[in-house]
Order: sequence, then structure tokens, then C-alpha cells
Amino acid sequence: MQITLRELVTILHGMLFGGFFLMALFATFVLLLESSDSGRCASHTATAPMAPRWQTIYFIALAACGWAAVLSGAYVIYPWYRAVAPAGADLALYPKALLTAHATSAGWHTLGMEWKEHVAWIAPMAATMVAFVAIRHRAAWNASCQVRAAILGFAAAAFLAAAIAGGWGAMINKAAPVRGGRTIQLTRSAP
Amino acid sequence: MTKKTSGVGPQHAAAPSAPNGPVAAALLACGIGCCVLGVLSVAADGSRRLASALNFYNPTGTLSGVTTTAIAIWLIAWVLLAARWRSRQLTFGKVSAAAFTLLALGLLLTFPPVGDLLLGR
Repeated sequence: MQITLRELVTILHGMLFGGFFLMALFATFVLLLESSDSGRCASHTATAPMAPRWQTIYFIALAACGWAAVLSGAYVIYPWYRAVAPAGADLALYPKALLTAHATSAGWHTLGMEWKEHVAWIAPMAATMVAFVAIRHRAAWNASCQVRAAILGFAAAAFLAAAIAGGWGAMINKAAPVRGGRTIQLTRSAP
Repeated sequence: MTKKTSGVGPQHAAAPSAPNGPVAAALLACGIGCCVLGVLSVAADGSRRLASALNFYNPTGTLSGVTTTAIAIWLIAWVLLAARWRSRQLTFGKVSAAAFTLLALGLLLTFPPVGDLLLGR
């Protein structure tokens, strides 16, 4: 059983960083929703318990995974995806060229990749802001329903952006996988 | 901490609430960053000159400049707004409405058919 370096990096990008980020964003949304006690909205009190240590670590990991996903995607995998194919080259190693070579598959690039490559960046920006407020500004969070609603809204937008990017990424990689690079032997075949 | 009141008025004057200025700064800066991302992605798609100027890293192409510029503007806006609103109690609804409008614009403009529509394609 073997895998190429590019396939391995694509798995790390999509399934480790992107997958964890998406799951963690959903969990963040639930966590924030759970701590949005509507009973406290009317009182406007500012009791501000510090974020538990595990939550601080969790929110930092959330933002870090988001940035790792977009940075690895844009600066490692995207150059492999968009590399210009030399004349006569095997297009299987040039996913963008492979997709745009046929009208039936061009949409995966012209709509899917063009959308994914930009919208994805909204997710870590919004997630970083949500994490910052959740860690550093619990008092403002506790004191105002408007603050809670706004932060929840941006968390939802981050999840939407990450889901669009992740969904298109999975489908594009199915239509035209990123391949090539050094082969890594995972297990040896039985004789 | 000394509390100041912004020009738009206190939200809960009698409440002993923490200043919402730093949260408002983070929220609005994020909206600005998202909007700049959307605007630059459409603008770079419609202008070869701008696309060339935003090609910061050739293997990644224009995407490198679009995203780096958007992130830089987001962080600069965040630092500036946070410094200005550090101890202020703002009318959060107005800041929030502005931030969500900018976020919605950013989300819309990153959708290729919207960009194509604006560029007359």
C-alpha cells in the first residue's frame, strides 16, 4: 500500500486541518449557544468568569487549524493544482488543466475552485475573531445579548464558508485528484 | 478602567457592564477584512493590471495578493479600532449591522456568478 507525497499533503490539508476545523467550528457554535443564557440578557450584569483553560486551548486550536487549512491549501496544494501542463503532458498530474480541458468538467474549476479558493479565507478570519472574544472578552459576552448574537452570527458564517470550501474541495479532488511527487510506502504487500 | 461614552451614545447607561468597544472593534474589523477579500477577488478578476500587481507569490498567483492584502487590512483595522474603542461603550447594534453588511458583501462577492455579473460577463 502506497501513497504519493501530494496525496498525503492533500489529506492533511482536507481531513486533518479542514476536517477538524469544520467539526470544531460546529462544536464552537454549540458551545457558544449553550453559554448564551437568555435569562441573563435582561439583567445586563457583567459577571465575567474567565474562560476555562481547556476552552482557551480549544479556541486557539480552532483558529490554528483554520489558518493551517487555508495556508496549506493556498501555498502548497494550489500551486500543484494550477501548474501549467507542458505540451503533451499527462493531464492526470495537472488537475486544473484536466478539468478545464472538457466542457463537462470545467465547472468544477470555474465555479467550484474559483469560489472555494476565496470564500475559504473568511472562515479563519471569523473563527479567530470568535476565539478572541470567547477567550478575552467574556464580560462583554455575558453583558449583552447583541454581542452574543453577533458573535454567534459570525461563527455561523465561518461554518458556512468552511463548509462551502470543504465540500467543493472534496468534490474537486474526486473529479481531478492532486497526484504526483515522491511515493511513500505505507505497508509492504504480502509475497 | 475609565469608561468613556462614544458619540453614538451608551447602550445601557445604568448597567455596570464591561466595555463592548474591543468586541465591536474585532467584529467590525472582521467584516472589513471579509469585504476587502470579496472586493479584491472581483477586482483582480476584472483587471489584468491589478491581478499582476497582486501576484505576490507566482506559484499561487493572484490569490496570494488578494488574501494577503485582505488579511493585512483586517489586522490593521482591528488594531486601529481596538486602540480607538478600547474603553468605550458603543451602540453595539449599529456596529453589528455594519459588520454583518460587510460580511454579507464579502460572502456574496466571493461567489463567482456575482463577480461575473458585476464584470458584465
